[in-house]
Amino acid sequence: MATQTSTSSAATALPAKRVGRRSVNTWPLLSPSVILLFLWMIVPLAMTLWFSFQYYNLLSPEVAGFAGWDNYSYLLTDPALWTAMINTLYLVFWVLVITVGLGTLLAVLFDQEFYGRGVARLLAIAPFFVMPTVSALIWKNMLMHPVNGLFAFFSRSLGLPVIDFFTDFPLTSVIIIVAWQWLPFALLILLTAIQSLDHEQKEAARMDGAGPFSMFFFIILPHLARAISVVIMIETIFLLSVFAEIYVTTSGGPGLASTNLAFLIYLRALREYDVGGASAGGVIAVILANIVAIFLVRSIAKNIAD
Amino acid sequence: MSTVVLKDIRKSFGDVQVIKGVDLAIEDREFCVFVGPSGCGKSTLLRMIAGLEEITSGELKIDGEQVNDVPPAERGLAMVFQTYALYPHMTVADNMAFSLRLAGVSKEERYQKVRDAARVLQLEPLLERKPKELSGGQRQRVAIGRAIVREPRVFLFDEPLSNLDAALRVQMRIELARLHEHLNATMIYVTHDQVEAMTLADKIVVLQGGIVEQAGTPLELYHHPRNLFVAGFIGSPKMNFLNCTVSAVEAAGATVQLPGGASLTVPVHPGPLKAGDQVTLGVRPEHLRPSETGELQAEVMVVERLGGETFLYCQLAGVGMLVVQADGEVATQVHDRIAIKLNPVNCHLFTADGMAVERAIRHPLADLRRPVARKAG
Repeated sequence: MATQTSTSSAATALPAKRVGRRSVNTWPLLSPSVILLFLWMIVPLAMTLWFSFQYYNLLSPEVAGFAGWDNYSYLLTDPALWTAMINTLYLVFWVLVITVGLGTLLAVLFDQEFYGRGVARLLAIAPFFVMPTVSALIWKNMLMHPVNGLFAFFSRSLGLPVIDFFTDFPLTSVIIIVAWQWLPFALLILLTAIQSLDHEQKEAARMDGAGPFSMFFFIILPHLARAISVVIMIETIFLLSVFAEIYVTTSGGPGLASTNLAFLIYLRALREYDVGGASAGGVIAVILANIVAIFLVRSIAKNIAD
Repeated sequence: MSTVVLKDIRKSFGDVQVIKGVDLAIEDREFCVFVGPSGCGKSTLLRMIAGLEEITSGELKIDGEQVNDVPPAERGLAMVFQTYALYPHMTVADNMAFSLRLAGVSKEERYQKVRDAARVLQLEPLLERKPKELSGGQRQRVAIGRAIVREPRVFLFDEPLSNLDAALRVQMRIELARLHEHLNATMIYVTHDQVEAMTLADKIVVLQGGIVEQAGTPLELYHHPRNLFVAGFIGSPKMNFLNCTVSAVEAAGATVQLPGGASLTVPVHPGPLKAGDQVTLGVRPEHLRPSETGELQAEVMVVERLGGETFLYCQLAGVGMLVVQADGEVATQVHDRIAIKLNPVNCHLFTADGMAVERAIRHPLADLRRPVARKAG
């Protein structure tokens, strides 16, 4: 405010800080959307918080009332939570590694000129359009099934022992399925990014003596850094809440071997009818997501802003 | 020593031939400029020399050694691109040192060379910046620096100034000329701007439709264009052309009948010209002047006053427009009728197939060459 009342020469010397240039009050115009969005967020959050402090089990309605931190202490002392949390991070991490790694290599491949490139691109992107439930069912019954599956057929015909994926490697199997679904997304984003690489830059690198490997590590990969950040950010948001693939294939088992946080909440709420415990799990999931977001989104947003 | 020799170089994209047999010898330390209209193949030719485009047929020799199948990095050339093509994620110093890094040069040596090049280009304070923090002219200098660091046998420039604004372009042009003298290297430069070509070149190569129309010193092209295309392309505003009939041929020249009845004896070696032939008379705007004794009567349609000089666009009855460069002081107004004086010494004659008739007097500056600096040894 002081800048406005000072002399004009002093005002121009200061960096332009326009205060109150728009005198119209915009709040009445903005408020309906802002209030709606706020309610949209706050009501479920408040209800989750409320239930997480209540004894609320549908199987024992006689036990009700304020529970204090009981739901939380029960959950946090329950080894299942830690297993689920580790499984969640493990799943997110490996799916990211596979989709970004393979996606980058495939993007470089699909950027080359070859016969039938258009069809190949379409096929590579197709898995993204298949519903998670459907693709998980296909993987379960047609590919990974120890009796009917294609993989079992191959190993049998080679005389090798058949692998029962969902029993022996449950989380790995889920990771494979989810990675298969998300690879096209990474490929799509990275391919468009590669195509925006300046042609003359590649030629300049060629003149400077860059072979295929130097070209990839010094020119293409740095160019993709921003797109890779976007892929990691968006995928993380979705991968933290993977559910359908687990539900359809392993149901979180054997034991808790492939249970992630989302599935654990489901187990508490709908298998054990413990609404209070499930809500506490939900709150913990929100906190976990925020911890990840603080680390990830901050660093990536900085990268994007550059 | 670095010479570049092109022998019957051809390039086809599918069925379309874009370079139709180019023969050219670029000498050591020469500044050679390829100039021509859009799509004439000048950039393609440069990219073939660089190794970025394959040579369909013909022979490319650098220092007498055939390099048709040598990959670009091993030809010992450096190229400056139109968009500069700097690596955006590297600092200026890393950009300039990139080729040396790939070649496995030690870090100390790399940065020594980068500093040397930066000193020449006044880039020293900018070495730690990223390209996006630089202005257009600075980026241009970094691109040139990246070329200098490699100590190439030949520098290639692909329209390097066309992304700069007019004032900066003039400044960079002068810097390039000084740089050429300082480095004493062979340079090949592509442009569509004939002012750049005239001012920078030791040798201009005018290309059109994939063939060389003429190659020579700037003033040779200006004073002795080989054909109508070169005559029209070199010079601004472009040369005026008048259709005339030859009325008499002597040893001293050919006499032509001008539109309007006057006749003019142009000093040329007439060769096969004979009376009655249709010819085109070419004369540049700067060689015409309004004068009461002028041979051509015309009406002024447009007057462009640039201060120092004035261009008069005159309508010549039954012929078309004629551009006259007059002194900046003339008071001529639109729709004035003026008489235009032709000086026969400055006129060119072109036969019906567009080829120039050899002029009788060779211009004294047509074979003028830049003195070769020998300080680098």
